[in-house]
Amino acid sequence: MYEFNYHRPKSLDEASSAAKDAEDRKILAGGMTLIPSMKLRLAAPSDLIDLADVDGLKGITVGSDTVTIGAMTRHYDVQTSADVQKAIPALAALAGGIGDPSVRHRGTIGGSVAHSDPAADYPAAVLGLDATVKTDNREIAADDFFTGLFETALEEAEIITAIEFKIPDAAAYIKFPQPASGFALVGAFVAKFGGDVRVAITGAKDCVFRVTEMEQALASNFSPDAIADIQIGDDDLLADIHCAADYRAHLVTVMAKRAVAQAAG
Amino acid sequence: MSTKVSMNVNGKPVLADVEPRTLLVQYLREHLGLTGTHVGCDTSQCGCCNVHLNGEAVKSCTLFAIQCEGQDITTIEGLAEEDGTLHPMQQAFWEHHGLQCGFCTPGMVMVACDIARRRPDADEKTIRHELEGNICRCTGYQHIVEAIESGIKAMNAKG
Repeated sequence: MYEFNYHRPKSLDEASSAAKDAEDRKILAGGMTLIPSMKLRLAAPSDLIDLADVDGLKGITVGSDTVTIGAMTRHYDVQTSADVQKAIPALAALAGGIGDPSVRHRGTIGGSVAHSDPAADYPAAVLGLDATVKTDNREIAADDFFTGLFETALEEAEIITAIEFKIPDAAAYIKFPQPASGFALVGAFVAKFGGDVRVAITGAKDCVFRVTEMEQALASNFSPDAIADIQIGDDDLLADIHCAADYRAHLVTVMAKRAVAQAAG
Repeated sequence: MSTKVSMNVNGKPVLADVEPRTLLVQYLREHLGLTGTHVGCDTSQCGCCNVHLNGEAVKSCTLFAIQCEGQDITTIEGLAEEDGTLHPMQQAFWEHHGLQCGFCTPGMVMVACDIARRRPDADEKTIRHELEGNICRCTGYQHIVEAIESGIKAMNAKG
């Protein structure tokens, strides 16, 4: 691993300043992806800004229509939160399926969302639940946030402070995990808000995306049968040693159907 | 450039100069000589490097020592009593042959104690699921799972 300067700011203002002043910074949250990337020299920031001591970035607040989760809230805390389990059980279950118990003790929602790994779980919930990503200087709608492979709408030194999820009438997340890593080969987050339905797919393309054809079909008939014949094209789907593009396309429909069945049940 | 870091390891305060890039596992093994914590994969997958950070199992190969400033760390060396009496989970691994080569064992035992803390009612299925982040290449896990079931009971009985 290359050397770096380590910063441990006490406030969001200090963190923002340190991030802006650095030549090539990375924000350190749980580090569950960043630190392995640095060990492999895939990432070599000049400066690490550790958010561990910044007040106000942890915690879960449930409102009448929303659940807001601080960026430094760990997967384990979301998984075991009675409030999240009650308001959006699919989100608690999703958090409980990330990595393994030791990883969930460190990994954070803000880190996962900022990283936008194509196979990560949280982005599916952010897009599926029409969430708002709050940062140190603005709010970004989920539909505008994920822009590509490890790419988001975040500016270089911008820091996520919280994610605000809309509470759905029903929702479910189902993934087909790669057996060794647990990462989603394909994961489908389906959420129903009154007459509207959102279907967000992770693992299949450069970043999480919605399948509007499925959303429209489910809006009039919220059942697995409604989307059984909807197959997405495989032209821009990921293909690797674990899974070919046409198989991923097939999994999109299968995972979405299972998610609808669970949400409807 | 090195910087000072202080933490409690196995109940004792330690202070050292480390580079920010020093991983916790390197600090434990190379600076403190606590070589019970193993490095099996270096990519966060095998679980051999698990220690407790403020009582919770974490992978010490995916954590900088400097992040642990002021925190409490427990390693496998910190489980047994001063007189050498094994921790109930270590004793259970001994009794149930929960190891062959022993390389993964420190991580297995640290995670097993963490399972006992969070899930004192864990059954066999739960234990197998909870071991998702720990890889053993010898045993087939059967005896490890039996050891953890027994160790949890012993820990519960001890209170």
